[in-house]
Amino acid sequence: MAVNIGLKLFKRELTPSEVVKKSREDRFLAREIIDGIFTDFVELHGDRLSGDDSSVIGGIAALNGTPVTVIVIDKGIDIHDKLSKRNGSPEPWGYRKAQRLMQQANKFHRPIVTFINTPGAFPGKTAEAQGQGEAIAQSILKSMKLTVPMIAIIYGEAGSGGALALAASDQVWMFQNATYSILSPEGFASILWKDSKRSDEAAAVMGLTPKDLLGKNVIEYIIPESRNHPRVFNLIRKRLDDEFRTLNTLTPQELVKQRRARFRAF
Amino acid sequence: MDLYDNQKSTSRIKRDASVNDRIPDGLFLACPYCGVQLYNKQLGRYRVCAHCGYGFRLQARERIELLTQSFEEMDSEIEMTAPDFPGYAEKLERAKSQTGLGESVLTGLATIEDEKVALGVMDSYFMMGSLGTMTGEKITRLFEYATNRSLPVVLFTASGGARMQEGINSLMQMAKVSAAVAAHQEAGLLYLVVLTDPTTGGVTASFAMQGDVTFAEPHALVGFAGARVIESTIHEKLPKDFQRVETLLENGFVDQIVPRAELNKMIARVVKLHHVREV
Ligand SMILES: [Zn+2]
Repeated sequence: MAVNIGLKLFKRELTPSEVVKKSREDRFLAREIIDGIFTDFVELHGDRLSGDDSSVIGGIAALNGTPVTVIVIDKGIDIHDKLSKRNGSPEPWGYRKAQRLMQQANKFHRPIVTFINTPGAFPGKTAEAQGQGEAIAQSILKSMKLTVPMIAIIYGEAGSGGALALAASDQVWMFQNATYSILSPEGFASILWKDSKRSDEAAAVMGLTPKDLLGKNVIEYIIPESRNHPRVFNLIRKRLDDEFRTLNTLTPQELVKQRRARFRAF
Repeated sequence: MDLYDNQKSTSRIKRDASVNDRIPDGLFLACPYCGVQLYNKQLGRYRVCAHCGYGFRLQARERIELLTQSFEEMDSEIEMTAPDFPGYAEKLERAKSQTGLGESVLTGLATIEDEKVALGVMDSYFMMGSLGTMTGEKITRLFEYATNRSLPVVLFTASGGARMQEGINSLMQMAKVSAAVAAHQEAGLLYLVVLTDPTTGGVTASFAMQGDVTFAEPHALVGFAGARVIESTIHEKLPKDFQRVETLLENGFVDQIVPRAELNKMIARVVKLHHVREV
């Protein structure tokens, strides 16, 4: 049966608020993604400045035998884990760890792949004191200067600058039931209409589904989902391999120019 | 020269209609920072609290009047053309008529204490200085212009953050401007940020925190997340001054807090120290 489900899209198209709900379910887990797509993963901890944020998993691994840098936002598995990872809301030192690994990748000419699943950067006291804004700003700026290919994959929700910090890349892909938006629908409704309960309505007008975003060229590709996870991972591995090969034919200057032009179009 | 003079006079006309100028001299105002009651007249030319030094929020044209010897506006025709979000067109129209601006930022070529700079000034009276597509476009063009002509960029930030009505396009501006900042940086040119009250959200999380030198006006509120969002997340009251620039200075995110009346000289000094030395 599972095989028959294959990689076909759901028969009925989900409404935006249904996609929002699905995007927040633990359909795919961070560690499962890493183990399912890559081999020889070596985790690297810490930002070398102030600490290690467990909500951002980073390291080096092999993609079909080729070294890559992998950065994954992790929401956690059980309640305790989710609490310690603030449901996938990185602290500034999480973004600074990502920056360190991006620059390390640049040094060794390794492509970078990020997997994003976050409601947003953590709105905390320490986060603010340690420069959450600066951490995101520098992640974006440093991404713009990378001379290695970078592909960002949104596998759950992707909210605001906290998601963009890891998605200022050559390509952005989304899982079929993922979302990407300026803010959560709840936050959007509460800011614009002073009523967070109107989140379904907000979801409908925000254009946050993969289909909407593909139409606006915010993303390049929608990854079909399946309960057969190995099939999804095989597809991602193959496609990453293909796209990195293509991007690697560009000179570093061409690559940077193309990445900046991608965002210049908005 | 003529061009500059013309610009000056247009900006003076606009300034007469500005929010601050409509306040009668005899009116009492409470300082938003220290709460002291002041006559509007007491704020003086720089509109600064005599008690604590807080700089009252300025409109972009008022700022330019105080700051520059000459100002040649660029990209003044750039405006949002087809705002399709419900109620957005009306909001934009109101902002335009209230401020006399087409968007939440004014950009141009300026002279400050004889130093030529590419200047951008955000206006918090225009939809809270929110980062719309055309705000991002104007700032991006300012950086591109400066990169092509080897000019320093001086940017006064004031923003409530993203422009919700534009959704994901507003978010993309953070990356678009950052790409232009990157190219300007690579050309070895100076980017000086002046943080003014308030600078928050997506602007803080992008070009406000990418400067080579970062000045701030006294007691300006600068942060990423809103104080209320933080308090409801951590179930704790935030200390006073938590997101004021004095705290940011202590935490290492601001180079200097500069009183409004001294900004001209300090900006010019920094620009001068970045002149390429001729052999
Ligand atoms: Zn005061």
